[in-house]
Amino acid sequence: MPGLDLLLPIQFDLHQRAARERCKTAGERRRRWPRLEIVVLDQAQVERLDAEAVNSAKTRSPLYAARKKIFPKRASGRFRQFKWLVMAITLGIYYLTPWLRWDRGPFAPDQAVLVDLANHRFYFFFIEIWPQEFYYVAGLLMMAGVGLFLITSTVGRAWCGYTCPQTVWVDLFLVVERAIEGDRNARMKLDGAPWSARKLFLRITKHAVWLVIAVATGGAWIFYFADAPKLLGEVVTGTAAAVAYITIAVLTGTTYVFGGLMREQVCTYMCPWPRIQAAMLDENSLTVTYNDWRGEPRSRHAKKASAAGQSVGDCVDCNACVAVCPMGIDIRDGQQLECITCALCIDACDSVMDKLGRDRGLISYATLADYNANMAMATSGGTGPVNPAVVRTPSGAFADGLAHFHLGKIFRLRTYIYLGVWSAIGLALVYSLLTRDRLELNVLHDRNPQFVTLSDGSIRNGYTVKLLNMIPEPRTIEVTLEGLDGGEMSIVGIDQPASRSFAIPVEPDRLKTLKIFVRQPADQIRKPAQGFEFRIDDKASSETAEYTAIFNAPENSR
Amino acid sequence: MSSEHVDEISGVTTTGHEWDGITELNNPLPRWWVITFYVTIAWALAYTIAYPAWPMLSSATKGALGFSSRNDVKNEMAAAEAAKAKYVAAIQSKTVSEIAADDTLREFAVAAGGAAFKVNCVQCHGSGAQGSTDFPNLNDDDWLWGGKTEQIQQTVTHGIRFAPDADTRQSEMPAFADVLKLDQIAQVSAFVASLSGPVRDMSLIEPGAKVFADNCAACHGENAKGNRDLGAPDLTDAIWLHGSGEAAIASQVRDPKNGVMPAWVGRLGETTVKELAVYVHSLGGGE
Repeated sequence: MPGLDLLLPIQFDLHQRAARERCKTAGERRRRWPRLEIVVLDQAQVERLDAEAVNSAKTRSPLYAARKKIFPKRASGRFRQFKWLVMAITLGIYYLTPWLRWDRGPFAPDQAVLVDLANHRFYFFFIEIWPQEFYYVAGLLMMAGVGLFLITSTVGRAWCGYTCPQTVWVDLFLVVERAIEGDRNARMKLDGAPWSARKLFLRITKHAVWLVIAVATGGAWIFYFADAPKLLGEVVTGTAAAVAYITIAVLTGTTYVFGGLMREQVCTYMCPWPRIQAAMLDENSLTVTYNDWRGEPRSRHAKKASAAGQSVGDCVDCNACVAVCPMGIDIRDGQQLECITCALCIDACDSVMDKLGRDRGLISYATLADYNANMAMATSGGTGPVNPAVVRTPSGAFADGLAHFHLGKIFRLRTYIYLGVWSAIGLALVYSLLTRDRLELNVLHDRNPQFVTLSDGSIRNGYTVKLLNMIPEPRTIEVTLEGLDGGEMSIVGIDQPASRSFAIPVEPDRLKTLKIFVRQPADQIRKPAQGFEFRIDDKASSETAEYTAIFNAPENSR
Repeated sequence: MSSEHVDEISGVTTTGHEWDGITELNNPLPRWWVITFYVTIAWALAYTIAYPAWPMLSSATKGALGFSSRNDVKNEMAAAEAAKAKYVAAIQSKTVSEIAADDTLREFAVAAGGAAFKVNCVQCHGSGAQGSTDFPNLNDDDWLWGGKTEQIQQTVTHGIRFAPDADTRQSEMPAFADVLKLDQIAQVSAFVASLSGPVRDMSLIEPGAKVFADNCAACHGENAKGNRDLGAPDLTDAIWLHGSGEAAIASQVRDPKNGVMPAWVGRLGETTVKELAVYVHSLGGGE
């Protein structure tokens, strides 16, 4: 309730005024506050209750808190390099994919990746998916889900730290911020400085560039849903559909607000994944870890301390790990919800260790099992504080018996199960994709009426037959009746005599609906429900499909 | 908040509740979160001002934007009408056989005619147009008055034996109860039944043929194939409007039923009648 908080200063003021009153001379006080005297006099006889106002300023904590600004320092090192690479690849994929072309002939769009909502088609390079084949997308989502389990159980929150769009765009926005306002110290100074023409200019420039990126991000999204070059022209000339502009506006807003203004707040407060990941990690998952078994006791004056005979750890408490953290946390406090494992603190610490000539990896990717084993060793089973003498030999090398990470540790039963499930889904999808039909047939038998007696006594049944030509080329499909003695077809709208076979031209990448009447002479009807097949052939590609249908006749027609 | 409940690790006070050893930290909300919360409340209030919301004595507040779901439906219907206008205009200007020959128009007319059929025709002809005894099946290939689109259009437009319409299709099967003797009726019924199936007493056929030639051939034709100009049914085929078999035929000879179909043009208008004609023609028996 911020309303109450607004009252707080007023209460404080009253309190202080009362205190001032008490400081005045006793005579004055008696004149002004005669009743106060009585209270003081009676104090001896009255029991003091252990009570405190619920809104006492002593215990009151703020009900809401403003975001504390974070000014991440630029890191450099292996992981930063890797993150630049990942950023280039992910942003490249996002912005450039709609512009890739893929020739599918004259009857289909030539955009490599296209979600054609209007025509209900999804194109992905050589794959074209019809709505009824949406299970491929479902399969991909399952692979993404199991893949996330696999990645998280092995390398922890790698998704968060490297590839999550929130992380990538915040990283991009930080690049802009750094280029315009300078690195951490310059930015902090600027932030604290009073408003000036320079500050205004820098801030406007920064937000303008952010907005440009945000517009480009929102703009790139819509190109996945229509022919990119054509849509770009329409967007620029103001002739695109309203939904295109609305989409750009919404995504511009979210990109700017999430990437520029909210940043780590999105991960900490809005994203469910930091909560879920607690269930996905186990003691053999890699997490970014401050190895206090070799860092503690930390000291800013290591040389002086060693000279004084105190044993000190590797951590020189330089706070480099805190300064680079985009989440604004201290990894030395241990594993925490806010940590997205971007590993920039590892880079920062490694460069410090390099300067000091110590082993890298004071902050490192480590499993909880290794960490716990090493901590147990360093603290003699938890009986005392970390003792650097236990983990180091006199020559400064690591003591034997310390657990060190090697790749084999992440391959365990759980990993193989996830990998197996993931691969099985993938293989099933690939198999199904390679063997799927591009010519299909759906048949719906008329139910009302089920059959019609014709003037010559023969029986007619009606069927709605759908021919699915799922390739972007025109085809001539031969529809044939198999079985049903003496049966013949006629097709509504096709002016040909009744026959057992029709050649039907079908448009490219389209469904053709036929109304087919099948007629059987009275003397050849054997039973009230006879099975027979509709068979379709594409002579050119030798693709076929069959559908077993039922032919109904009245009980007494035999 | 009592200071007794403080989480050891974080140093943050807890809400004081505990679930299976799990306590809830009482961290302050982020300010943006609180602001967002108030914005949603403001949005809700603004929404109730912009749109119909607050119940009053006789109706609800109208809303500043003037939204009404009835207007929405009206606009959607108008948009649908506008979308149909092109096809409706084409149907108005073309003959039914032209409509049936044009794939797009036929598809439209079949859909529209099907809808009109379900409202106006199913009461007699059945929901699948399959008819029943005394009500013709429109799916089959037997037509009393002709199965070409134009002929169907004529029937739907003016009806059959529908007195108020001067152009209605007119014919009547006379009652022969007073004209023919009972045994003659039995004979002619047996003869007619024999044209499309077996009969019990073959000896009745020959005299029946004579009775038929004297009394029935004028309308039903020498060969009993019927006459569409008069709406006289073909008596040699498998389809019997008023029931098959000697007894049903005898009944129809003695005291015939003459069904009435109303004229529909006045009620539905020419366009819908055309659509109905194309729909009925598309059911499979059209000629």
